[in-house]
Amino acid sequence: MTNALEIEGLTKTYGSGFEALKGIDLKVTQGDFFALLGPNGAGKSTTLGIVCSLVTKSAGKVSVFGYDIDTHLSQAKLHLGVVPQEFNFNQFEKVFDIVTIQAGYYGIPLKKAAVSAEKYLKKLGLWDKRNTPARMLSGGMKRRLMIARALVHEPKLLILDEPTAGVDIELRRSMWSFLEEMNRQGTTIILTTHYLEEAEALCRNIAIIDHGRIVRNTSKRELLQQLSLETFLLDTEKPLSKTPELEGFTCRLDNEGVLEVDVHKGQALNDVFAQLEQQGIKVISMRTKANRLEELFIRMVESSEPAGEAITEGRA
Amino acid sequence: MNAQALFTAYSTIVLREIRRFTRIWPQTLLPPAVTMTLYFIIFGNLIGSRIGEMGGFDYMSFIVPGLIMMAVITSSYANVVSSFFSMKFQRSVEELLVSPVPNWIILAGYVTGGMARGLGIGVIVTLLSLAFTQLKIHSLPMVVVTVFLTSALFAVGGFINALLATKFDDVSIVPTFVLTPLTYLGGVFYSIDLLPDFWQGVSMANPILYMVNGFRFGILGVSDVNPFVSLGMILVFIVVLSFIALKLLARGKGIRH
Repeated sequence: MTNALEIEGLTKTYGSGFEALKGIDLKVTQGDFFALLGPNGAGKSTTLGIVCSLVTKSAGKVSVFGYDIDTHLSQAKLHLGVVPQEFNFNQFEKVFDIVTIQAGYYGIPLKKAAVSAEKYLKKLGLWDKRNTPARMLSGGMKRRLMIARALVHEPKLLILDEPTAGVDIELRRSMWSFLEEMNRQGTTIILTTHYLEEAEALCRNIAIIDHGRIVRNTSKRELLQQLSLETFLLDTEKPLSKTPELEGFTCRLDNEGVLEVDVHKGQALNDVFAQLEQQGIKVISMRTKANRLEELFIRMVESSEPAGEAITEGRA
Repeated sequence: MNAQALFTAYSTIVLREIRRFTRIWPQTLLPPAVTMTLYFIIFGNLIGSRIGEMGGFDYMSFIVPGLIMMAVITSSYANVVSSFFSMKFQRSVEELLVSPVPNWIILAGYVTGGMARGLGIGVIVTLLSLAFTQLKIHSLPMVVVTVFLTSALFAVGGFINALLATKFDDVSIVPTFVLTPLTYLGGVFYSIDLLPDFWQGVSMANPILYMVNGFRFGILGVSDVNPFVSLGMILVFIVVLSFIALKLLARGKGIRH
């Protein structure tokens, strides 16, 4: 089966001489929910910008559903929907017009575009705002408008560059459900995000990019299996006045009296509960402390960091 | 994209442009109407009555074709440069760049949008001029062809300006320091026969002179230059500037990183 996206040896050197991409290879299979992660300036937006024709590549090959962007750009673009990081619509145009005009650029006649626009504006909770100028929308609504605009021509590959940046938790969750539904219906999704919780919740495969190179490209499951230590937060029935002694485990009490226990790979969580029970401590609920992927991500990025070179903002 | 899809994309750009300039009509349609009315009153009625004849016609009749052309030129240019540069500034040009619209359709769409405004203004100014003088058209085909081609030419010029502009100042530099002087010195208000030989020669290097005179020939039947040379020059300029615009678009000048 043709891959939704194939990138080979992609490089990009900006006019300033900055080498944003140093030979990226990437494959995203059809139907995947794929995350491209990396610190600021790592090359995520440059990579996606090249795929979407917003950035010109220096070298390498990119194909979308088998269409090479050098030789079959128009066909490649027909399969792509793009939600950029920054708002990039005409702030003075009405919501409905923004979506239908985008459809027009794809050659979709207004009648058909109107039907599609209605479908996605309704799904994204913007139908009531269809006659509102875009500048009057809230930040979350503007993000949803960009998603509706990207979907109006029914692309097979949806690219989202930090789609939930600056969006409140409730809205973020509803956007997640929407994207999951789109993915279930067959749309391949690639997203970049700074919220690693987002990647962990949504994506099946993850690539980590840093300093213009892919430092890891694997499944989320495999990535998470590499975690050697996880910290669990245990809420006890009665508040603890002192930290209990747990043989083989490191534990501590946080400021609110919640018990934190470090569990290394290979250790059984049952041992923690057994020891606590012996000491008469009853656990009523449990959760992981930090985002697991975040912990792993930081470790990987740190290990790929060239000695003495700091990660700087806005390199790409 | 097949022919129908291309036409849909083209008409989407054109209609978007028309909607834009009609939505902000107090900024786009009203000012040239007011300015040209003032020209008609001051230069045509008040001063013109003391000037007497120019090129065999009363002064008001002489300047009307030039003023119509001046309005068409500035409006066609201004529409494309301001609209496309705003799109760059707001980054909404990315909507076009990610879509499969070919570059020549983008150019054609914007040029048609600019022409729509330029020709619309031309009609408004022509109607206003009827309140001051009678227009007897010498050659309708010449009028139509000259005004269409001139409008297209300056719309393409505006497009190139918008691609090359990096800040708002760059958008106003060409209209202020190039277009306006060339238009004023392009025989809008006088016949170059009035000038000494040297300045007549210099004037012949002004492309706007040919457009104004071509249009004047269409209306009055008189011209300082051969009207067919005018048409030929406009066509050559359109071809050259369109080629440059398409090259810049293909390179992503000012729109792609």
